[in-house]
Amino acid sequence: MKRLLVLLIGMGAIAAGIGYYLGAKSTPASVLTNVSQGAAYQGGYDQAKDAGVEAGQRQGPAGQASQALIVVNDGESIQAAVKQALPGTTIQIMPGVYHETVYIDKDSIQLIGVIEAGKRAVLDGQGKLNDAILYSGNNVVVENLEITGYKGNGIMGQAGNNFEIRNNLIVDTGIYGIFPQLGKNGVVEYNVVSGIADAAIYIGMSDNVHVAHNQVFDSVAGIEIENSRHAIVENNHVYNNTGGILAFITPGLPIKTTYDVIIRNNFILSNNHENFGAPGSTVAGIPAGTGILVMAADEVVIENNLIVDHKTVGVLIVDHANASNVTADPDADPNPDKVAILNNTMMNNGYDTIPEIKAFMALSLKQVEPDIAHVSAGQDNCIINRHRYNTVGLSDFTECEFTHTDAIKTYLLDTPVPPRDIAASERGKIAYLGVCTGCHSYNGRLIGPSIQTIQALYFEDPEGLATYLANPIKKRPDYPEMPSQAYLGEETLLAVAKYVLSREN
Amino acid sequence: MIRRLLTAGVVLVALLVDLIGIKHQAAADSTIFVLQQTCPRGFELTSDNRCELRTLYQFYDSTQSRGVGGTHTGLPAVRDGFSPQQIDLGRLLFFDPVLSVDGTVSCASCHRPDKGFTDGQAVSLGVAGKQGTRSAPSLWNTAFLTSYFWDARSSSLEQQAAEALYSQAEMANTPTNLLQTLNANPIYQGLFQQAFNSGTSITLDNLYTALAAFQTSLISLNSRYDRYAHGDHAALNSDEVAGLNVFRSFVARCAECHTPPLFTNNQIAVIGVPDDDETIRDVGAEKTYGESKLKGGFKVPTLRNIEHTAPYMHSGNFTELRDAIEFYNLGRGHAVPKDTKLLLHWHITSPDLSDHEIDLLVGFMACLSDQKFMPTIPNTVPSGLTPINHLPTAVTSATNPRGSLQ
Repeated sequence: MKRLLVLLIGMGAIAAGIGYYLGAKSTPASVLTNVSQGAAYQGGYDQAKDAGVEAGQRQGPAGQASQALIVVNDGESIQAAVKQALPGTTIQIMPGVYHETVYIDKDSIQLIGVIEAGKRAVLDGQGKLNDAILYSGNNVVVENLEITGYKGNGIMGQAGNNFEIRNNLIVDTGIYGIFPQLGKNGVVEYNVVSGIADAAIYIGMSDNVHVAHNQVFDSVAGIEIENSRHAIVENNHVYNNTGGILAFITPGLPIKTTYDVIIRNNFILSNNHENFGAPGSTVAGIPAGTGILVMAADEVVIENNLIVDHKTVGVLIVDHANASNVTADPDADPNPDKVAILNNTMMNNGYDTIPEIKAFMALSLKQVEPDIAHVSAGQDNCIINRHRYNTVGLSDFTECEFTHTDAIKTYLLDTPVPPRDIAASERGKIAYLGVCTGCHSYNGRLIGPSIQTIQALYFEDPEGLATYLANPIKKRPDYPEMPSQAYLGEETLLAVAKYVLSREN
Repeated sequence: MIRRLLTAGVVLVALLVDLIGIKHQAAADSTIFVLQQTCPRGFELTSDNRCELRTLYQFYDSTQSRGVGGTHTGLPAVRDGFSPQQIDLGRLLFFDPVLSVDGTVSCASCHRPDKGFTDGQAVSLGVAGKQGTRSAPSLWNTAFLTSYFWDARSSSLEQQAAEALYSQAEMANTPTNLLQTLNANPIYQGLFQQAFNSGTSITLDNLYTALAAFQTSLISLNSRYDRYAHGDHAALNSDEVAGLNVFRSFVARCAECHTPPLFTNNQIAVIGVPDDDETIRDVGAEKTYGESKLKGGFKVPTLRNIEHTAPYMHSGNFTELRDAIEFYNLGRGHAVPKDTKLLLHWHITSPDLSDHEIDLLVGFMACLSDQKFMPTIPNTVPSGLTPINHLPTAVTSATNPRGSLQ
């Protein structure tokens, strides 16, 4: 981390230091803030205003599985089962050792390991395979697996909404243990993850996420919330990583914000592990011995955590300008704003801190073993009961207007994010214009015959045309064979057929 | 010299044209130019005469409505809504060399339809064979982008057009001369009137709009990959799916920047591609933003139709797709000279892919080819010049230091 704060040593830092000194002089005596009497944090998420989300009976993010079941026994292929499975299928994986990358490019697949007498289904990449599980479908569940020996990720999600990643054991495997990216409405809970060269649990560019009851250790970063909104990180046990819990805006990504993140009720202990992040990675800049690191993220609420035994600092709050190993992003706000530090228990932090923080303290005319260090521009940050901690750089933190987050139980949705509803007639038009017109024009020959020709053949028979579209056969020797369009689904195919037969130009 | 003469007057223009061997024909026959009343394929004509894009990706929702990530992912906001007439006028203008100062090169000279709307050159050539500094980017799916040029210096297609028209290394025209040329052409006058319901005078804004309209019609979202994404799992064979899995794995990390479905995340990345001449490294986006952390940063290009757009990278220094992949596989920053400080993107790593995995990646990227919505190249354009290029023999036979012109 040498690099994280190195730029501080300059005129700006001196000015900030003097400012801090002057501010500190005018701070009144300690005030005890009664947490139970205070106002509640309201968060920034209103489900009622989220288009397409309906209130309803509470259930898991992925919704309920159907009765369809496929059992995979030791020696069989999990991927073969996924290929065979229709959406809604539960795939039970019996104890045994499996060497494969399992990809799920369809919706509503539940991958459930069966644990018998403590024995799990083990996915072992043997140091050769890239990722264990890749999913891109919605409503995917991955549960009870043991994953080890992969080069890339344990479980990676790519734009799948309503995910549930639960009760997995992921050790010594690649860059990220659990990495849902670009998803909305997901839970990551009761997993044990260790020995990861970047983040054990990495929530990337996602919304409405709940990370709870996980145990993460011996990794570079424990839990990272990055370019994500409406996330709760609670009741996790995070120890012996380089950095414990991170809330970041990583610059240079297409989604530019992190805000409304609640980090509460976690055990964050002794995250002093030597940094073994890959050179050049963002986490390679984390100073060993950091409990919580907030970089550029907004509205991060830190409440009721036990943050103990971190040699550098318990909580470090920085902006992009002071992080010399992260790139610049003209479209991202580099400063952490509205960070709120509520009651926490912090002990024995900052006992062997880094030269950069020492230098910052020297400029601030202050020498402490810091529980909390704030080294950034930014505004509207707040704290209650500041007398409980050794702090540096917090002179512009005001007293928070709320004292707890009890009003917010979860940011998960009451019902799964629904697929976009497009009327059948609209589907016909979109599929026709988006796909069919690549090969068919109304009155001339392209790759396939003209729409007029097709209309003449299937006059008043859209069902017949839909059947042909699903299972085309080669009819014309001078045209290429048409590929099946069955993937569009029966409803859309019938809509396409009706639309094609109704076209007048 | 050429420019001054051209602006001097019609007589001098004619003389000069004779001198360098261009045959400026009399304006083409106006009766053959009728603008399309229908939208390009893939677009729906609305009741108020606008063309709106329709694609199966409209069936999907994704986080923050961004087109980034897995298979069932929506697209970011699209630039559409131009009229059929504007798009068709843009098509004629795009292929008409009359837009350049000496009537030799058109937009299509550097963005050739048969080369994925690039030019097959390492570094593009402008008027009089003048060499630029970077490779011409593909124009497929520019409707979804929000910044243009390798260094992201333009925030709209209109701005981009103006830059290319007036850059000395590209079309080398001037606004005054361009307006004079177009306004002196009665066919264009009529066509602009049709497309913009305007008076007889052609404006530069309308010219930029027409060029933007045409470019946003170049949509490529129907490759075999797309059929796979929409659920036709037979559209890719097992090797191609294996290639997809290498592509999106967090070992290779290709999909982190070349994110489906656009296969670009529309961001700037510093990856440390070598320059031909290290003493004059192309600083890229550092100049655009005045930000040293972006030194050597360039826009992430789309991989759609990548098999048609060789050579690769901003400097066009990899002739084969496999070489470009190998560049990433040779390890983080291996080509950055020791005395050059670049803040390489954190996704750039040392993936240590096997030869077989690299082959799989090449195979997968070929699945991103789709040129079904290729526009028709006009046989003639209103200026009467040869569509695409109208070059004198001496120039067409000249040798480009980094490749041949044709």
